[in-house]
Amino acid sequence: MKQERPARTASTTPPTPTTQTVLRGRVGRFARRRTVVLVLAALIVIVLCVTLLVGQTIYSPGEVFRVILGENVPGATFTVGRLRLPRASLAVLAGLCFGLGGVTFQTMLRNPLASPDIIGISSGASAAAAFAIVTLGLGGTQVSIFAIVVGLAVALLIYTLSFKSGVAGTRLILIGIGIAAMLDSVTAYILSQAADWDLQAAQRWLTGSLNGPGWAQVVPVLVAVVVLSPVLLGQSRNLAVTQLGDDAASALGVRVDRTRLIVIATAVLLIAFATAAAGPIAFVAFLSGPIAARIVGPGASLLVPAALVGALLVLVADFIGQFALGTRLPVGVVTGVLGAPYLIYLIVRSNRSGGSL
Amino acid sequence: MTTAHSLTIDTLTLGYGDRAVIENLDLLIPPGQVTAIVGANACGKSTLLRSMSRLLAPRTGHVLLDGHDVQRIPAKQLARTLGLLPQSPIAPEGITVSDLVGRGRHPHQGMFSRWSHADDIAVADALDATETAALSDRPVDELSGGQRQRVWIAMALAQQTDLLLLDEPTTFLDVSHQVEVLDLLTDLNRTRGTTIVMVLHDLNLAARYADHLIALANGGVHASGPPGDVLTEDTVRAVFGLDSRVIIDPTSGQPLMLPIGRHHMRHSSPA
Repeated sequence: MKQERPARTASTTPPTPTTQTVLRGRVGRFARRRTVVLVLAALIVIVLCVTLLVGQTIYSPGEVFRVILGENVPGATFTVGRLRLPRASLAVLAGLCFGLGGVTFQTMLRNPLASPDIIGISSGASAAAAFAIVTLGLGGTQVSIFAIVVGLAVALLIYTLSFKSGVAGTRLILIGIGIAAMLDSVTAYILSQAADWDLQAAQRWLTGSLNGPGWAQVVPVLVAVVVLSPVLLGQSRNLAVTQLGDDAASALGVRVDRTRLIVIATAVLLIAFATAAAGPIAFVAFLSGPIAARIVGPGASLLVPAALVGALLVLVADFIGQFALGTRLPVGVVTGVLGAPYLIYLIVRSNRSGGSL
Repeated sequence: MTTAHSLTIDTLTLGYGDRAVIENLDLLIPPGQVTAIVGANACGKSTLLRSMSRLLAPRTGHVLLDGHDVQRIPAKQLARTLGLLPQSPIAPEGITVSDLVGRGRHPHQGMFSRWSHADDIAVADALDATETAALSDRPVDELSGGQRQRVWIAMALAQQTDLLLLDEPTTFLDVSHQVEVLDLLTDLNRTRGTTIVMVLHDLNLAARYADHLIALANGGVHASGPPGDVLTEDTVRAVFGLDSRVIIDPTSGQPLMLPIGRHHMRHSSPA
């Protein structure tokens, strides 16, 4: 598949100083990214272990381990196996989905505000899930499918409305924000009309919550991560080149329209699967990419780091929401408190630098 | 060392929406030479260049690279032979010079294949050729306009194509940087045999640096050939609707166009 062209300098000649500089720069960038990925992965494992051990009852690592292996440990089997483990798994998986989906949108549209939770895709999936569960009484996979169809439809709608001889990022974002507001009010209306209206459901579909998931909710998200993230990672080089602008990317042999279609569809699916299980956990998709960019430094692919940041954000925010604040708060309230100041900062900064987003 | 590639254009019609910009145009790009395309604003210079690198599909006709329709050549394969530097590419925030130049290696890399030694050499080579090696670790957004343009050209060089198209490579540069960029492109052509096709605004620089000049007007080629034949007072009148005098440039021996306006003329009426 790869057609090697002979290098213009024979490889036997000693490397020029410039070659060494290029090599050093590249190895340095790669090493930094690898370190970040390893540290983030380690942090996720640590926080995951803590959330399994610590709660209203504290279990020993041995007890938790035996539960995971399937042994019956009185008390721990229920608390850890039925409550903490599915909850923590969903936190990690949903975080991966939001982080990956968010950074994909932000990279593709070259704008940190173009995150699916700002431009209405999460809101669409959430409204659909609320409608499916509360109004239609559906459950499990049907809810996911419903959320996905509506998520894709919303993405298509925003794309079509903002298409005017090419898609301009700013127009897409403004249209998306409008659509998000409409969809959020649809969700609120559905919840207000529900016969078995309860606060738990409202929290989930308005801000996102990890309360009481069963494995039936977790498994579809796991499948989504396993199937869809390799598709996105396979596009990461194309995505990196697309950042140079459509013309430059095409000139470098990237089929821009095809790449955009694959990448956006995959990202929408990830967001929709996660939203159908955990609600639109506020600002995780929006925050993960920029945080990852800060840590990794410019130039490197942000897909994996942002996915890990997303998982870590949700895990930590949920832990804080459950135990650190006296009252139990859904995870979306905590991430919302973290994300809102950053949104304000971005808007203030873009206003100072000339008005356009 | 480069095999000469032929780039020919066969009864090409291009347009946006209802409007045809280029109509039934035939053209041959001389291999191994520097070609400059000139013409009035909105005459379709950039459009023509875009269609040559298949960014724009023709309504009718073909762009043929070595006899094959560029629209049918696989994207990466085409990008290994034909490079294009668009008018305003975007540098991702904070990206370093060598990282950006490395993006030019994309068509030589597979989806998951690792970065090879040949890639490093190509990038280093491109940095050396454009004298941007000293900037290699600097963020692109901190560079001056002239430096930045050299970095973009370095990216196109790292692509190692035998044909390089450039859309107004000297726009937004002051005169010394314009000359610097055009000298660099001439070096490339002379040392590597790279065929260069560029859209240029400045007629006089085009006449000086091009081996082959193409003047576009009314959706077609008005004149093409060596600058001495193409850049005449008649051509300037037909292409730009401007009266002028064309003299021999004492520094280069190429034609030099001096526009005639309504003011500041020595003689009361143009000859």
